[in-house]
Amino acid sequence: MTEEWKPKILGIVCNWCSYAGADLAGSARTQYPPDVRIVRIMCTGRLDPLFILKAFIDGADGVLVSGCHFGDCHYLEGNYKAAKRMFLIKSLLKNVGMEDKRLRMTFVSASEGAKWAKVIEDVVKTVNDLGPSPLKELAS
Amino acid sequence: MVEAKKSKKESKSSKEHKAPVTAAPAPAAPQVQQKPRVGVFICHCGTNIAGSIDIPALQEYAKTLPNVAHVDNYQYQCSTPGQNKIIDAIKEHKLTGTVVAACSPRLHEPTFRMATKEGGLNPFRFEMANIREQNSWVHMHDREGATAKAKDAVRIAVAKASLLEDLFPRSVPVEKAAMVVGAGIAGMQAALDLANAGIKTYLIEKNPSIGGRMSQLDKTFPTLDCSQCILTPKMVDVGRAQNIELMTYAEVEAVEGYIGNFDVTIRKKARGVLTPQEAEAKGIVGGGCNGCGDCDPVCPVVQPNEFEVGMKPRKAIYISHPQVVPLIYTIDKDSCIKCELCVTACGDKKAIVLDQEDEFVKLKVGTAILATGYDIFPIEKKEEWGYKKFDNVVSSLEFERLICASGPTGGHLIRPSDGETPKKVAFVLCAGSRDNTGVGKPYCSRFCCMYSLKHAHQIIEKIPGCIPYIFYMDIRSFGKMYEEFYYRIQDEGAKFIRGRVSHILEDPETKNLKVFADDTLLDRPITLDMDMVVLAAAVQPAEQTDKTRKMFGVSCSMDGWLLEAHPKLNPCGTTTAGVFLAGVCQGPKDIPDAVASAEGAASAASIPIHKGEVELEPYFAQCMEEKCAGCGMCVNLCPYSALALVDKEGKKVMQVTEAKCKGCGTCGAFCPGGAIWMQHFATPQIVAQIDAFLLGGEQ
Repeated sequence: MTEEWKPKILGIVCNWCSYAGADLAGSARTQYPPDVRIVRIMCTGRLDPLFILKAFIDGADGVLVSGCHFGDCHYLEGNYKAAKRMFLIKSLLKNVGMEDKRLRMTFVSASEGAKWAKVIEDVVKTVNDLGPSPLKELAS
Repeated sequence: MVEAKKSKKESKSSKEHKAPVTAAPAPAAPQVQQKPRVGVFICHCGTNIAGSIDIPALQEYAKTLPNVAHVDNYQYQCSTPGQNKIIDAIKEHKLTGTVVAACSPRLHEPTFRMATKEGGLNPFRFEMANIREQNSWVHMHDREGATAKAKDAVRIAVAKASLLEDLFPRSVPVEKAAMVVGAGIAGMQAALDLANAGIKTYLIEKNPSIGGRMSQLDKTFPTLDCSQCILTPKMVDVGRAQNIELMTYAEVEAVEGYIGNFDVTIRKKARGVLTPQEAEAKGIVGGGCNGCGDCDPVCPVVQPNEFEVGMKPRKAIYISHPQVVPLIYTIDKDSCIKCELCVTACGDKKAIVLDQEDEFVKLKVGTAILATGYDIFPIEKKEEWGYKKFDNVVSSLEFERLICASGPTGGHLIRPSDGETPKKVAFVLCAGSRDNTGVGKPYCSRFCCMYSLKHAHQIIEKIPGCIPYIFYMDIRSFGKMYEEFYYRIQDEGAKFIRGRVSHILEDPETKNLKVFADDTLLDRPITLDMDMVVLAAAVQPAEQTDKTRKMFGVSCSMDGWLLEAHPKLNPCGTTTAGVFLAGVCQGPKDIPDAVASAEGAASAASIPIHKGEVELEPYFAQCMEEKCAGCGMCVNLCPYSALALVDKEGKKVMQVTEAKCKGCGTCGAFCPGGAIWMQHFATPQIVAQIDAFLLGGEQ
């Protein structure tokens, strides 16, 4: 299994900054690994902790949340609220024995295509190093 | 999930009597929950997508997905035949939703929504799978990985499309007024265009006078028009225009609302001097400042004049230069000692009010244009050139004032150290621009090459025998008649040295300068003795740009320049609907480009106003009342005060004011009871996407 294993990583990104930054990486043809699947929301403020927990329960090996830089939120402060929730979710993950590094929040603006590519590379590497999610083994 | 959706429907019907701003008609028939039939349309985008993704494999895979009733592919799905395929398929296969796997929704979502609508479905029953910008273009050499990712993307999109519902954009009226922030040449042009189009326009300027940077310039390239001569008529027009309400010495304090209905608070800084209108309002007949200047000579406080880059004094009560509009004196509160000599000098006009306080004015505008301009990069940060350390190293803006007839020296170029006329002047181009050391700016400041050529011309013209030496990396003379101007300056005798100046040393006795550079054409180091050095300093966004842009929710690039909605196809718009960009706040522009962008922004900003109403995306929150516990946590979370608790049938429930809700979803993420339905981004829809990715059928 370990030979075949490819990480399943969910990316939840905001429409205005990180999704646009990811689009910019595309138009600049900046290459990065294809292991992250994107779900677009309007603002990271929409990030219900349920989404992340559901993803891990479903067997995600990693979750990336990406929004605007602080002060740049299209809706003023949604990213602050998302960031606060990250602490909560990370501590929950630790409590159930998961590496909290599997969950990451980044801030990528609409002009940071190159940064987006780096973020993805980094997230994929982190999850690859950690290996499959322990929850997955429990489930099987 | 299904349960949540059902109960949500009930709550919706119970609250249909409110929602006063929803102009769209209610659906003719209630949205009957039928088994979803999703059509998937895969775009090749020529080879943009098909070159990296196995389209036949993706098509076969899509057919196996639950709820998929039809799959098709086409070379260019956005073309008319491509769209017709969608329209026809909706009718033929009785689709309830569509998925187009193509480029980014930020590009073509509107196109395919229209096609979906033309096929007879509600346009919001469309979902896009981004397999170009976020797939084929970034995994160009990994066909297997890209195809696997595309399959997942389609699966995720189908899952969402299966749960999408009919939505109706709300239509809101647009206030018949506009606002322009910044009254440099771009802001003035934008305001004039709007005003001439019959729109009431508020022009906000932080300085006491309009005119901006252009009013500090002597000549303009390549025509050598006198800058003031072509600018002042526009300044006067702005001052006189019936439709323009000019607010100088004023700043934007707060912005609320949305396109069509921005509520803006303006801080009118205390000027300490009344305009004739203000005086009249206070019952002082024939009073107020008429610009006579009687106060100026009696004021004992001397300060450097910012307009002259500190090279000329001004008083604490001052006008920065003779052509100011409006011609009203201003008291610099930080340096005024309240001796009241000016009050006496002003006499019966009673224009001076030393204890005046800032005033706040509320405006309502439909659209806004940001034209906040630029500042000069603090070139002393590049220590190797000795700016602010060596007397005879000046910035290009200081040179403009020194060579300008209305400047501190009456247009006689002199060395600041001894007042002598220089015979050898070095111009250092890219001073802080195209600088990847981390100290300067990585971008090209775009107009320094041309104004430095103009400066070279000016000293050749004004000082016989004086030789300009231009140290350049590349001469970027890209505009109309610019290259011809470059040749002209070469012919006039300016010396061009291709190479960057590594450092400058000063002779402490004579204050002469030794310029060290690398002549890259001769491939050898070069050292030249100069009387004076002019640094063609980089430009950067004006100081308050960041504060202003955040109030309007406008993004910026890494360098702080304001970000347009699309660099090619929407260069004047921003991601905040109803807010537009003009001039250099967006990135370095010369005067013709700044004026052109201002006219573009004015045109764009006038469209919603002339149209009279705008449609807003219906992504607002809905309360599922039977689930709402009335805890009110969401009320405090909403950044727009769109939510409130109301009593309904003896129970406290949350109520959404749809006109205020912008659809961020923050409330929906927090509600402990899951009682908030975020339209188009509802929890069941997002969870379905997550489930589809992680649990959805492996092949």
